[in-house]
Parts: sequence; C-alpha cells; structure tokens
Amino acid sequence: MAERSFKAEVEHLRKGAGDTFTGEGILAITKALLENGVGYVGGYQGAPISHLMDVLADAQDLLGELGVRFEANANEAAAAAMLAASVHYPIRGAVTFKGSVGVNVASDALANLASSGVTGGALIIVGEDYGEGSSIMQERSHAFAMKSQFWLLDPRPNLPSITKAVSDGFELSEVSNTPVMLMVRIRSCHVSGSFQTRDNQRPKLSVKEALSNPRSDFARVVLPPMSYAHEQDKIKNRWPAAEKFIRDRGLNERFGPAVAPVGIVLQGGMYNGVIRALQRLGLADIHGHSEVPLYVLNVTYPLVCDEFLAFCEGKDQVLVIEEGQPEFIEQQLTTYLYRAGSAVKLRGKDIFPMAGEYTGQVMLDSIGDFLKQAAPALLAAVHRAPNEDRPQIPDLTKTVPIRPPGFCTGCPERPIFAAMKLVQKETGKLQITADIGCHLFAALPPFEIGGATMGYGLGPAANAAFDGGGERRPVSVIGDGGFWHNGLSSSFGNMAFNKSDSVAVIVDNYYSAATGGQDVMSSRADNATKATKNPISKALKGIGINWVREVNRTYDVGHMRDVLREALTTKTPGPKVIVASSECMLNKQRREKPLAAQAIKEGRRVETPRFGVDEAICTGDHACIRLSGCPSLSLKKLDDPLRDDPVASIDQSCVGCGNCGEVADAAILCPSFYEARVVHNPTKWEVRLAAFRTRIIGWLQARRSARRLSFEV
Amino acid sequence: MTLHETLPQKSADPRLSGIIKLAVLAVGGQGGGVLTGWIEDMARANGYAAQSTSVAGVAQRTGATVYYLEMAPMAGGVPVFSLMPAAGDVDIMIAAEMMEAGRSIIRGFVTPDRTTLIASTHRALAVSEKMAPGDGIASSAEVMAAADIAARRFIAADFDALAIRNGSVISASLFGALAGSGALPFPREAFEAAIRAGGKGVEGSLRAFGAAYDAAQAPVVATAPVKAAPAAPAVKGPARLTAVWAALEARVMALPAPVADMALAGLRKVVEFQDLAYGAEYLDRLDIVLARDSAAQGHVLTREAAKYIANAMAYDDVIRVADLKTRAPRLARIQSEMRVKDGNLMQLTEYLHPRAEEIAGLMPARMGARVQASPVWMARLDRWFNKGRRMRSDSLRAFLALYLLGGLKGWRRRTLRHAEERAHLQDWLDRALGYLPRYDLAVEVIRCRRLVKGYSDTHARGLSKFDRVLEGIALVAGREDGADWARRLREAALQDEEGKALDGAIATIRSFA
Repeated sequence: MAERSFKAEVEHLRKGAGDTFTGEGILAITKALLENGVGYVGGYQGAPISHLMDVLADAQDLLGELGVRFEANANEAAAAAMLAASVHYPIRGAVTFKGSVGVNVASDALANLASSGVTGGALIIVGEDYGEGSSIMQERSHAFAMKSQFWLLDPRPNLPSITKAVSDGFELSEVSNTPVMLMVRIRSCHVSGSFQTRDNQRPKLSVKEALSNPRSDFARVVLPPMSYAHEQDKIKNRWPAAEKFIRDRGLNERFGPAVAPVGIVLQGGMYNGVIRALQRLGLADIHGHSEVPLYVLNVTYPLVCDEFLAFCEGKDQVLVIEEGQPEFIEQQLTTYLYRAGSAVKLRGKDIFPMAGEYTGQVMLDSIGDFLKQAAPALLAAVHRAPNEDRPQIPDLTKTVPIRPPGFCTGCPERPIFAAMKLVQKETGKLQITADIGCHLFAALPPFEIGGATMGYGLGPAANAAFDGGGERRPVSVIGDGGFWHNGLSSSFGNMAFNKSDSVAVIVDNYYSAATGGQDVMSSRADNATKATKNPISKALKGIGINWVREVNRTYDVGHMRDVLREALTTKTPGPKVIVASSECMLNKQRREKPLAAQAIKEGRRVETPRFGVDEAICTGDHACIRLSGCPSLSLKKLDDPLRDDPVASIDQSCVGCGNCGEVADAAILCPSFYEARVVHNPTKWEVRLAAFRTRIIGWLQARRSARRLSFEV
Repeated sequence: MTLHETLPQKSADPRLSGIIKLAVLAVGGQGGGVLTGWIEDMARANGYAAQSTSVAGVAQRTGATVYYLEMAPMAGGVPVFSLMPAAGDVDIMIAAEMMEAGRSIIRGFVTPDRTTLIASTHRALAVSEKMAPGDGIASSAEVMAAADIAARRFIAADFDALAIRNGSVISASLFGALAGSGALPFPREAFEAAIRAGGKGVEGSLRAFGAAYDAAQAPVVATAPVKAAPAAPAVKGPARLTAVWAALEARVMALPAPVADMALAGLRKVVEFQDLAYGAEYLDRLDIVLARDSAAQGHVLTREAAKYIANAMAYDDVIRVADLKTRAPRLARIQSEMRVKDGNLMQLTEYLHPRAEEIAGLMPARMGARVQASPVWMARLDRWFNKGRRMRSDSLRAFLALYLLGGLKGWRRRTLRHAEERAHLQDWLDRALGYLPRYDLAVEVIRCRRLVKGYSDTHARGLSKFDRVLEGIALVAGREDGADWARRLREAALQDEEGKALDGAIATIRSFA
C-alpha cells in the first residue's frame, strides 16, 4: 500500500478528447503517456517522480483495458533494461526514476540501449532532484545524455509544454532511433496547472502481441564489430535525424522581438524564472511577452548549431542561462560561435553563479547585471542605478535553528538507533556506514550514527574495506528498500563471498518508506499484482549467511541493544546480520487510525496508548531526547521560579510506540515516563474492577492527604 | 524553432501588480499541502488563474518545507507564473510555526513594502533546541520583534492551539487567518466553500477557520501579555499543621522583598518533600546566608540561595518519586491530558528502573555506606532489583507498593541518600560563602547547583560536571573577572551531554591560570 491512495487521480487518467486535466505535473505526464500509445511503463520510485509510479500502480484496471504492461522495477537499472523491448519492436516504452542518482544506477542499461538504438519510441522520464528540497548530491543528469548520445528534453515548466514534450519525445526517439530522456525538475513535477486531454491510445503493437512474433537482429547487439558501427551510426545518422526533427518541428522556441542588441538562451526549465526576472525588470508582461529575445531550449541535447547561430545574428551579446555545473551547454555554444568566426560575445557563468539553484534572486541579479552591461538602454532608470532604502531587518540567522528531516513520530527505526547509541556507550565509537532511506536520518543529531553513504543498496558494501575485522567489528545499516534494490547482491553477496567479519543491520519497515511507502519483496501486505511476503532472512540464508537474528519488535530497545551486542561480540565467523522489523508508523497509522475510530464508534473495545511525562519528576536534563528526537517528545517551560530548565513533555501527536519509556528503562534514565492506555468501550467486568480499585486507591489517597499539608491550586 | 514574436513594450506591465504571490513555510506533516490546495481551488473557483508548487521529498519527514502559489485574474490568457518565491517579492507569507516565520524573514520573503505575514506563534522545537542539557530553546521574542519590522502587516496568534481547541488541525486555522487578514480578494464564503469542497473533516475545519478568522481581525498585541502573579496556592491540611505553616510563612514574609517570593516557593517545595520541620531547617539555612548578604547588592545571594537550597534539599529519591506518582491530583491531571471521557477507562503503566544504588540509598546511613562499599553486596542488590519494572499503577498491587514507598518520609532522614545529600549541600554552601566578600563569585557558585539534576547516570554526570566547574572556579577565583568565568563555565557545562564545551572552557582557563 503506497502512502497515498491515488484512486481519484486514476479517474483523471480516463479523460478523453475535449476534457481538461487539472492537477500536478507528474500526473499530467502519466496521462500523456497513455495518450501517446505507450505499450509498457516501468520505473523505480523516488522523489519527485514517485507519484507517477503510485498512480500507475493504482491504475491496473485501466492499463489492462489499454493493453499496457506496468512494472514496478526492482531498481533503475532494471527499469532502463526494460526499454530493450523497444530495440527490436515498434513499441513505445517509458520508464521513470529520479536523477541523477537513478540515472547512475541505470547507466549501464542506458549506455547499451543507446548503442543498440531503438525502433519504438523509448522515453526515460527523469525527475531531476536538484536545488531546494533535494535529498541527494548536487549533480546533473545532462552528462549521461552527452556520453551515451541520447537526447535530452527540458521543457518549459507548464502542463501543456510538459505533456507536449512526452509526445515530441516519442516521435523524436522513433525518427532518430535513439532513446530520449525527458527531464523534469522538482518543482515542475509538483507544479499545478491544466491541459487539454486527448483520448488514450492503445499501443499499435502490445507487448503481448510482440511475444507472438519474436524478433532479433545481431546488428543491434553490442559486440564488436557492431559496436563500432553503432558509434558511427549515432554520429552519421541518428544525430542528423534528430537535429532535423528538432528544427522542422520547432521543438525549441523563440520569444520576443526579432531584432535586438542582446538575447538570452535558456534551458526550457528555466523559462518561468527568467520571465519573472524580466517582469520585475520591466521587460516582460504578465503573459510572458518579452522585450528581450529568448531562445528556449526545450531540447538541451543535442543543440542545433544553425538554429543557435541564427538567433545570435545581429546581436552584440548573448546570455546563456544554464542551471548546474559544469556548463555543458555554454561550452558547446561557445564552440559553435568560435567555429563560425562569430563576433558575438557569449556570457553565462561569468555572470551567473557556477553552482547552485537559480533562485528568483539569482535570476534577477544576474539578468539585471547582464543587461546593465550589455544593453543599459533597455532598463528603466530605477534598475540601472537602484537606490534602495530599506529598513534594517534584524539578523535572525543565529536565532532560528536548522530543521533537517528526521524520524516521524513513532518511527520504528528510532529505537534501533537508540539501542545503537547505547551500545556505543559500552563499546566506544564504532565504524558505521549507512545506506539510502529514512534510516539515514540517524546520521543527524541526536543520534549521529553513520559517517558515510555510498548509494542505494551499498551500505554494507561501503564497509568492505573493513571486512577483515579488527578490535571492534564495523557496522553497516541498510533499509529493506535498499536490500531489494541491489543490496542483496552488491552488499550481502559481497559480505558472504568475502567471509566478512562485520555486522549489518537491515531496517525492515515493511515498505520502501522514504519514497512514499511502496511495497517491496518483503512487505507484509497482500498485493494482487506483486509477490510480497518474502522474508529477508530467507534470502540471506539462500546466499549462505547463517548468523541472522530477527528482531520483530524494534521498540524493545533493551532487546535490540542485546542483539547488537551479541552481533559485535559473538565468536561465529562470517557476516553477522540483524533484521530489525517493525512497520513504518506513518503507514500503520494511516491504515489503523480510521479502523480504530470506526471500532470505537461501533462500540467495540479499543485501547489507545499514549505516553506522558511527570513534570515534577523530570529534572530537565533531556537525556531522553538525546536518545529519541521524536517530534512528539518536546519541551515545556514550567511556571515555577525554582526551575531553570524546561522539562520534557509529550504532546497529543504521540502514537504510543513506547520508545521513550523503553529508552528510559534501557538507559536507566529516570522514572518520569508513564504510558496511559485509554480503554474505549471497556467490558462490564473491567468497569466493575476499575470501580473497585478506584474506591480503594481514592480512600488511600484521601487518607494520606488528610494527614499533611497540600498546596495544590 | 517555434517563433513567438511580440512588439516591444515601453514600461512595466501594470497587470503584473495583479499577481498575488503567496508562500507557505511549514514543518513537514503540518498539512501545508492541504492549505495550499484550498487556496488554489478557491482562486480558480473565483475566476483566477492559479499555480502552486512544492518541494516535497524527504523534507516532509519533519523537516522545514515550502509551498508556493501565485494567482492573477484570468484575463487575456494564462499568465506566466514563477515556480518559486523570490526574496522581496512575496505578498503573503504564511508561517505555520514561529521559527519558520523567522526563517521566512531570513530568506527575504518578508519585506516592509508588501508582505502580510501570518504566523502561528506556537513552537515545534527543533532537535537542536531540545537536546541541550540546559535551556536551548530559541527566542520567539526576537522573531516577533524582527517580524514587526520586516512585515507590512503582521498577524500572529497560536493558530495551532486554536485549531486543536476546535478539533481540527493548523491548516484550517491558518486558512481562517488568511481569510481574516483580508489579504486575498475573496469573501469569507469563498474560503468556506473551498473547505466544504475538500470534503474531509469539514465541521472541525470550519470551526477552526471561524475562530482564526476572528483572531486575525483582532488587533495584534505586540508585547507579550503581562503574566498575572500566580495566586498563592491555598494551603490545605489539618489545623495543627496549618498553624505551624503560618508561622513559617511569617518568617518568609519577614525576609527582604527580593528574597521572599523565592523563599516561599522554596519553603513549599521542601515541606511537600518532607515535613514542616524540614521547612524550618530550610529557613535556618537561608538565615545563615542572609546574615552574610547585603541590601546593597539587592540580596541576590540569598535569593539565589533560596532557589537552589530548596532544590538541593528536595532531591529526587525513590520516596519522592513514589509519593508523586500516587497523588490524587496527578491522576486527575493525566486523565484530562489523555482526554479520558465518561465511559472510558485508563490503564497507567509506570516505567521504573531501580538500581542497587537506589536500594542502598534507602538503607540506614551507616549500613548503606557499608553495602555501597562492598562490590559483592552491590552485585547482589543489582541481581535482585536492577531491572526495568513496568508497574500498572492503576492496579492495587503496584499502587500499594508505590504508596508504601511514598509513605517512607519518616524514615528518610535516616537514609544513606539523605546523609549524602546533606553533606553535599553543606559542602557546596560552605564553598560558596567561603568566596565572600567576592560577592559575584559566591552567587555564581550558588547557581552551579543547577548542574546537579537527573537520575542514575545522568545524575552522576551532573555531579561530575558540578565538581569540575567548581574546580575550574577555584582556579580563577583570584581574578578580577572570576565571576564571569564562573558563569561561562556553568553555561558551557549545560551545552552538551559529554561536557566537551566544559572541557574546552577549562582548558582555556588552565592556559592562563
């Protein structure tokens, strides 16, 4: 079960000619795939393209009607490899994953695919996770298109342009026999808007039909001497065909006056930001009509030389706006100008910052600077010599704390890291590597566990240098998502084969949780179209790892700590693996909360647990928080002149997971924590027993308070 | 290449001022997406073109996250909207938490020429604020002051509490505040229609919406409300005890004014902890300090001593914990906090973990000391007692056990723990007063008692920090700025758990002392 249900969105996918789709960008792309007769779709989830996968997973009925095959691929490499179906068959295929990390994983398959060339349109939809909100290293997927010679689309970030890019992409792919990558940035994926829908198209040839008439052609196999021929084919045939299509179909766009002293060349994805800067400079109107000529590259690879040179004609200076580094486009355009012997001055990263997101301020400043230097006459006086007189706003940078992501309330991973922190108090600091997923938040305070992450499924592999062991064993952490992504082979196969003397902790929360709670092989849920309920421990046994301990309730911090200690000290040779399983609380709550509410309403007995802190007993040392970081465990300032420090306090959002109580016990912190379990619709016997107890307890309390002073207000 | 040619324009398009730019800064999980969705649907329903964007990803897991929305009257085609807020170019900034309001100011999204800032004043503390062993909470007052300068209009209230009171969540109350601010050109009904169209939790949302709507229209109170002095709690109890109490209270009232308040709170604490005789002891100790204090210094020394002697005397032992856990008002408080309604029952589990030290601490002083000195005995006690105990204090057995323990006050004065605490207290007081006439230094040493807190390991760590700080103070006692250093040492000790900052500060002192 994914984090969200997309039943409502699936209905949008059924819209036909004459309808209007209103929603977010990534869903518009999903709809456009169906309109363009896609035959198969695959991918691997991850922000910002998870919704595409989630919607299709919920749209099995519709896909069945259309004869479209949907695969939730094991990883990005598997997704890209699936495009092999378009090598020999005229079937349109699309896969999606996040960039640049997903493209890294997929690159082997992508390179082979690009060498073989395609017959059916092959579209790779990459959600470029760059800039604010990104969770990965800041790199560009652009380089992959350049090195493997496939084409890269970067459409203007509005729904009509993005959906048009899907249709253009398929056609471009087919006319040039080359896979096409459609790149959408984080905000483009989540941008809302509308576009006119068309009827969904059944694929001209379905994958089922293709199976009835298998094809092969050794000329498409990447082996010498064909691989040499592929390289020549890319340059001599596919590239010119692509250029011609781009030029003929006007995929790149020009805006603004034909004649002007300056012009701007920009990636399609930068368009709205550029227009906003021009609007603020008084050079564009509300609908984006610009006084500065714009050459918008909806295709950022390949670049069309003569089109670019034509744009430059008659201009003194041209500014290239290209986000990210290095400046591939700018370098290529510089070469074009130089080879043409042009006198046009090319500007770009000499004005714009080389690295980092092109925010509104960066756009305004850099475009303003360019125009001030290159065409001051265009600017109104106010922009030529700004005379700002703004009041001094106090600097809050020292006041406002940073707020990095962390474990959710009740997260089952928290107690694992609390236990690990406790173990480190006994053993001293350990060598720990981490993987990709929610568990990586443990690298941040308050846990500060794990010093490196090398990629998805690579946590234990990142400790391989230490496989020989030493005074203390190295520890690695990996999630169930990473385990099935490629951890089983790359990390655990590596450990088993090399007889690693290290410890690996597999955090099994029943889902690929960080990407939105999609099912994985070991998920406990029933899934009509996917094989779930395959225990991780069985897979480990299968590759010869025998020291496996399963913890089925991670909230038992003491037990978790004992198992970790055992793994670190046991004399057994070979890999030591702990599978720590408890369900992702976000998903659990989403599933169980409505059921509990319903049960209470219907008069059935329900217990709802929540934790609390006795504020008179808490001394305000916050040791519990240093072993938790739970959002619901916070602080409260008491109205007591005798107390200096705020005390711990648990708010309404507590889900009663028990971590704080367990930690207080396991670390022997303090007796402040209590669990209050509210029993809804108790049984008659319970009510009677409670009344009896209350009477005696009440009598004892009254007896004591009658014999002493009390100050309760 | 597709050509879109237009005639050049001469001046900025006046229609541009029709674009309303609205940003929402929230903590992941606060429902910023729901709020943005309502605003967008409302704008579209009222003939506006609207576009929203967000940066979801992992930030949604409790991190700071931003939503952005632009809208303009739909006339002559779809406007080109930006996908992200720009510094100095935001009309309405909604901050769903106080520090997020601060962050929006830092990021330049709040400017005096245009921005209406709507902020919830509640705090969702960041981990860095919560984990400090002392008080690491960031100053909301600083953000409030900056917001007053930075925003054209500033609407602030605790929209979180307001939503909870109305059985809803903060997205609904912020939507109400937005409506109440009048910053959008839509009537109240349009807002309410958007909530109804959403179809989820409509009644609660509308209640929270209405309350926030009113709150936003009330004038902003710039200064923090002046706290009414807490009413002196009424004393209840048998007459023979209240009479003695009255006498003690009279002694407190006779103290200099700056001391009396604190001393009354302190007296109450120690009497609750033990008994009236203990209270008298407390006042005796205070008198000794007072005798060496001077009015010229405002009696700061005695005031601080009143605070910390009370805390030292009311140490956290097993008896106190058991007593506090078995009082009637505690049960009532928990029941109201947990919203136990009629017909519900409440089960209460206490998480306790006694160690050998606690058991030895309960023994008579001399015997306890012998036991504590014997590793064999301590191991034995650990074997018998040292384990996590989950006590169902709503059951008779567990309640009785705690009740009996809590009733051991008469025994307490004979215990090892009491003897230890007494000795420690006396030593600390002697050392502080020993620094007189260096008045400021004595005050700082008194304040160092703040470092001793917590239970078990935490308590031991506190004591060790306390000792190290006092050693450090001894090194700088001769210096002109000795009191300054003493304060710095104490603050360093409260910065982190292991005392790294303290080690650094002591190293600095050793480099010159």
